[in-house]
Amino acid sequence: MTSHLAVLSVFAFLVSSVFAALMKDTPREQLRTGGLMFAGFLATAIVLGWLMYPLPL
Amino acid sequence: MASKTTTADRASAAAEPGTLALVCVVAWAIPGGAHFWLGRRQKALVFLAALTAMFVLGLLMHGRIFSVDLQEPLGTLAAVANLGLGLPWLIARFAGAGAGQVTAITYEYGNTFLIVGGLLNTLVVLDAFDIAMGRK
Repeated sequence: MTSHLAVLSVFAFLVSSVFAALMKDTPREQLRTGGLMFAGFLATAIVLGWLMYPLPL
Repeated sequence: MASKTTTADRASAAAEPGTLALVCVVAWAIPGGAHFWLGRRQKALVFLAALTAMFVLGLLMHGRIFSVDLQEPLGTLAAVANLGLGLPWLIARFAGAGAGQVTAITYEYGNTFLIVGGLLNTLVVLDAFDIAMGRK
């Protein structure tokens, strides 16, 4: 597995699963929090990736 | 009439210093082990699956399990983070796994999985401690 996006997605999924289980008690809340966190991880990585695209100037 | 055990009852029963220490040791050694013991089975399964997966993937990606070396402060910090993985870390050390392959394209990915897995398990230990203290 050498695709950066694939590794990033697996990492984001596992980390958000653990954080969601730590922060919320019911499975429903965990799914919601975990999903939002996972989407946040991916969105942030993609946005930051594009922002850094022109670097080094 | 059988009395129903509440979370608070379970927590107060576990809140003796010896038991608390044991809870922390179990939580450190087996990801999710203490949560399972304290009756939080669903969370225990999530921790066991996710943290074990992070550890195994980290090793498969040729990540390195760092050793404490005071000449390399950052490596020492990574070693402390790795230590959080508990029994899997211990087994990998004894089995000679986690030597790391710097030339592998996934080396840094592997390191990240191993370091973050250890740090997350440390958070899981703190969570188990809070549950045992009756705070959650």
